[in-house]
Amino acid sequence: MNAMVTGSEAEMPEIGYNFAYLDEQTKRMIRRAILKAIAIPGYQVPFAAREMPMPYGWGTGGVQVTAAVLGPDDVLKVIDQGADDTTNAVAIRGFFEKTARVATTTRTGEASVIQTRHRIPEQKLSEDQILVYQVPIPEPLRFLEPRETETRELHALAEYGLMHVKLYEDIARHGHIATTYAYPVEVAGRYVMDPSPIPKFDNPKMDDCPALQLFGAGREKRIYAIPPYTRVVSLDFEDHPFEVQHFAKPCAMCGARGVYLDEVILDDRGGRMFVCSDTDHCETRQAEGHHGEMWGGMLAEDAR
Amino acid sequence: MTTTSEKPLLVAEGLGKMYGTRLGCRDVSFSLYPGEVLAVVGESGSGKSTLLGLLSTELAASSGRVLYRMRDGTLTDLATLGPAERRLLMRTDWGLVRQNPADGLRMAVSAGGNVGERLMAVGWRHYGNIREEALDWLGRVEIAADRIDDDPRAFSGGMRQRLQIARNLVTRPRLVFMDEPTGGLDVSVQARLLDLIRSLVAELGLAVIIVTHDLAVARLLSHRTLVMRQGRVIETGLTDQVLDDPREPYTQLLVSSVLAA
Amino acid sequence: MTPLLSASGLSKTFVLHLREGARLPVVAHAAFEVFAGECVALGGPSGAGKSSLLKMVYGNYRTDAGAIRVRDGAETVDVATAEPRRLLRLRATTIGYVSQFLRVIPRVGARDVVAEPLVVDGAAPDEARERAGALLARLNLPERLWSLPPATFSGGEQQRVNIARGLIAHRPLLLMDEPTASLDAANRAVVVELIEEKKRAGVGILGIFHDAEVREAVCDRVIDVTAFQAAA
Repeated sequence: MNAMVTGSEAEMPEIGYNFAYLDEQTKRMIRRAILKAIAIPGYQVPFAAREMPMPYGWGTGGVQVTAAVLGPDDVLKVIDQGADDTTNAVAIRGFFEKTARVATTTRTGEASVIQTRHRIPEQKLSEDQILVYQVPIPEPLRFLEPRETETRELHALAEYGLMHVKLYEDIARHGHIATTYAYPVEVAGRYVMDPSPIPKFDNPKMDDCPALQLFGAGREKRIYAIPPYTRVVSLDFEDHPFEVQHFAKPCAMCGARGVYLDEVILDDRGGRMFVCSDTDHCETRQAEGHHGEMWGGMLAEDAR
Repeated sequence: MTTTSEKPLLVAEGLGKMYGTRLGCRDVSFSLYPGEVLAVVGESGSGKSTLLGLLSTELAASSGRVLYRMRDGTLTDLATLGPAERRLLMRTDWGLVRQNPADGLRMAVSAGGNVGERLMAVGWRHYGNIREEALDWLGRVEIAADRIDDDPRAFSGGMRQRLQIARNLVTRPRLVFMDEPTGGLDVSVQARLLDLIRSLVAELGLAVIIVTHDLAVARLLSHRTLVMRQGRVIETGLTDQVLDDPREPYTQLLVSSVLAA
Repeated sequence: MTPLLSASGLSKTFVLHLREGARLPVVAHAAFEVFAGECVALGGPSGAGKSSLLKMVYGNYRTDAGAIRVRDGAETVDVATAEPRRLLRLRATTIGYVSQFLRVIPRVGARDVVAEPLVVDGAAPDEARERAGALLARLNLPERLWSLPPATFSGGEQQRVNIARGLIAHRPLLLMDEPTASLDAANRAVVVELIEEKKRAGVGILGIFHDAEVREAVCDRVIDVTAFQAAA
């Protein structure tokens, strides 16, 4: 794309692309699938996923959902593992800047549509926001039952014993539920759903969330949804209740507690620090004057 | 025997199955009572596996019907059950022990998980309780407690088969279907398994329909025997009657073909 | 007094399909009765159909014609026409059978083999095992053998296990097929004693006793099976 549209040409109206890349018929088809998904929370709706100008695994499902819900007045934020500046996030943001000419932002609070891979922003979402997840494998039962015909029937009959077999195996082998991401949830008391590979730390944020949450799987051609203010429960055992990760120290940069931290290796002598995975959240806090123990050091590092 | 045991648990009426123009089985009728062990014997292609498939609702009948006495006492035509009811029946009130344990077990799941699956499927949500129950059942099928976290790929054929039995019996079913459960096992392993099945069946008062080509298995385990040939039941009766005083030419041939050890 | 067992018009012919449908007549129009507390021997030369008759009474062999009425409490059951389930119940409550050979059950020890009928009757397993041990001791089976499966026992040892299993529980009608065939004199005497005890308990016995000494000691009368011989 960059090869096609460069320099001053970028200022010109995009000839050859419909708004947000997909044609209107395709967007209508995807919107119908989204509406059905919202009507049946947690249920995987098949849709005719298109080839996108990016490889599978780069968020083709999420991109198609975003394209279908995006309007000219929307403000788009794209994150990958919580960061706005990774290759995947930058590429997708650039894609919609060029094909839809929508405004983009890195600020969670300013965005109306947020496409994400592997995280939910730390800042609480609001009713006028849509969170679009990129999903690699939508089927939570696949680990134990590879037959699609069988898993569909299991969903239809709400036969979810298998999900607990997976958790049982975790406890039997590790002494605790070792599943730390893509941790299965039950949506609205009915369907069990794979929340995409977000850390289980983020699972509680899905529950009773004011924002609409949409999930798109491009290769697997499935869309599912959690409507606003829906009950989302992480599966567990009575004697091994669901728990999120706890971090011993606050963010080394902004001092935040109760957020998801990434480990950053500093040198080859074992030096490391833990910083917010959500870069926008961390920068906002630093700008507000919150500082962690490594804050000065990093500034000095940057200054050199 | 109590009065409830006077009512049949399962009734087959004129059961038949065609695979296109090929006959699977035809016009099979019998009643099975609680606690009764019925052997279906015959050689390969006699229709005994087809019959088992029809009875366990894995196959749809071309004619006839199968009635089952549900836990509430009503005799219900299994064809009228919805898929949810049917599956509930299969994972609670019924067991199905397959010839090849790999078909009846989850080979990548630990022994404990294999036994616990049915419990979790019916709503058990306490890990400690599930594990305790799994341990109890592993003990009953003579699998050492310290193997509970090993998956069945590390088990011998006989152990796998015993694990499959535990996995099926953990919900205390009233009826168990067994398809050649000792097929493919060494003779000494077979003897141990047969003895285990025999004592569990007696202890739990299970009704069993066991398909086998091995008349010794029928003799050791079953009260009654159906002899099948070319898709039809050609002779029935008490097992010792059928084996010691066979009437039909084919049954006489079967009985006389057994090698005496 | 009504008999425990009343057979009438019994006929049986084996048809051997593997030998071009050869017909092997066994008995025709057999009729006999057994009353409580008596021991009746089936007499006649080998091949006269004594064993087959005994097996017909037990329901092990099927009956072509006639009736075998067995008193079961207040009911009378015709073995020749009874449903398999009824027959099993009759065997569980009323008819005991001491066969000529022990049918070995893999892996089950001798004492448990003997105790099983008591357990089926509802006795506590410990009590059943204790009584089984006592009976095996009476039959001079060395205690070191009790926990072993009888498959490897000698013929005489197996036969004593078999007799113990057949006699341990109370059954009003006992069928015995040469119970002393492979026993020595001492053990024959024990079996005679056991049979006398059964008779005193009101058990009716129908049996085949080749050993003349045993037959004379226990049997009240002999039914000559050659009288039932079918015209071949």
